[in-house]
Amino acid sequence: MPGHFLGDTVTLTMRSLRHVRRSPDTIITTAVMPIAFLLLFVYVFGGAIEEDTGTDSYVTYLLPGILLMTVASGVAYTAFRLFLDLKGGIFERFQSMPIARPSVLWAHVLTSMVANAVAVAVVVTVALVMGFRSGAGVLAWLAVAGILTLFTLALTWLAVVPGLTAKSPDGAIGFSYPLLFLPFLSSAFVPTDTMPGPVRAFAEHQPVTSIVDAIRALFAQQPVGNDLWTALAWCVGLLVVAYLLATACYRRIVV
Amino acid sequence: MTTTATAPAIEVRGLEKSFQDLPVLRGVDLDVARGSIVALLGSNGAGKTTLVRILATLLRADAGTARVHGFDVATRAADVRGSFSLTGQFAAVDELLTGRENLLLVARLRHLPDPAAVADELLARFALTDAARRRASTYSGGMRRRLDLAMSLIGDPPVILLDEPTTGLDPVARLEVWRTIRELAGGGTTVLLTTQHLEEAEQLADRIAVLHQGVIIANGTLAQLKALLPPATVEYVEKQPSLEDVFLAIVGDPDPAARPTPTGR
Repeated sequence: MPGHFLGDTVTLTMRSLRHVRRSPDTIITTAVMPIAFLLLFVYVFGGAIEEDTGTDSYVTYLLPGILLMTVASGVAYTAFRLFLDLKGGIFERFQSMPIARPSVLWAHVLTSMVANAVAVAVVVTVALVMGFRSGAGVLAWLAVAGILTLFTLALTWLAVVPGLTAKSPDGAIGFSYPLLFLPFLSSAFVPTDTMPGPVRAFAEHQPVTSIVDAIRALFAQQPVGNDLWTALAWCVGLLVVAYLLATACYRRIVV
Repeated sequence: MTTTATAPAIEVRGLEKSFQDLPVLRGVDLDVARGSIVALLGSNGAGKTTLVRILATLLRADAGTARVHGFDVATRAADVRGSFSLTGQFAAVDELLTGRENLLLVARLRHLPDPAAVADELLARFALTDAARRRASTYSGGMRRRLDLAMSLIGDPPVILLDEPTTGLDPVARLEVWRTIRELAGGGTTVLLTTQHLEEAEQLADRIAVLHQGVIIANGTLAQLKALLPPATVEYVEKQPSLEDVFLAIVGDPDPAARPTPTGR
């Protein structure tokens, strides 16, 4: 009954947003680790790094990469919530009811978008307190929001894959660990110039660097150049691949 | 809603299903008449859940046909889903939502005009009104199963599929579930339930089908099945109350009419 798609998606999204509201710890734990890295790198390593990066505000330099880490840790809960729905049998209850079946997945995706937006807002607020400043105008902020939204959507669909296929809670969230590690091998913490050849080659050709550089340029009101297009290409490419993988997994468990 | 008012509510013909090389259903034939209770009896691994999942459009059969409320599960899945409700082996309630919110959720997903009225009526009917605003995670096993059943009744589906509805319940909760199932059938709902408890089939079912190694090896009323055995021999034995009788007597049987009370009280 495709006619109910919108209504059913809204009903199911309200349900899982209620889950998020009733376990606010999921938002806090999502934000805690990126904030810990923010504190560690700004107040412990920051002084030494500032001289090399040539920025007078390391927190401003660091924030884009930290925001990507926030999303990477947030989507682990998306996989976890989906896993619990399957394990608890409520997923099958929904599938056996006369509803628009894709709504069940889309509700989790929309919930992920909202929960991650809240976590990102929390991290940005902490960064502001720590001295993050940007003279970026409304358009630049909208562009940053757009990139982060696209990135979150891509990682969310990626999270659907372990959410649908995992056999244990650890299996459901394990995929996020490599994602959390990627910013370290990028321009998120330090410029790539001083990295040894192969590491630098990897760092400069993986998605985090181009996304971080694009957001950083937007915050600094500098021309974004090709970074923006590379970043968008990575996000869209990842989104398409993740979506296809997720729907393939979905079709394997749903007749 | 359907053109075949006299046809069975559930009609299964030659149903086959294998998982990899393991045949689970090997040509199942089964009819469930409208308004009746049929118990599908079988041991673990007999294929009961597989059959229910195929009827519930959660699994596709390899061969054969199945119709629920006149609709073929393979070609009219959406209509089938509008005609039945499933209660699985594990109470599929949303633990983070309250009992009332669980009912509201299902009522909204069934697109009923007044979800709140439906929820409140079912809460009262299943003696959950006092617990309505507590999260389902705080419910006892029996309350959770009652909530699960209440969720299945929303929208008055003509067919109810119950997969081992009393597994894991204490005797008191089990009697409550039995009473609910009898009320449902009394109201004209068709019930197909699976069980591995012989007593459950004996207590509830109009007809009993025995599923063994992927085929129905016996199907009939209790009297018909009993007739399959050699004539009963009469023996005199001293009737001791079973531990279950004792348990129910001392905790207070909520529905004494549901079962014969022993004389040992």
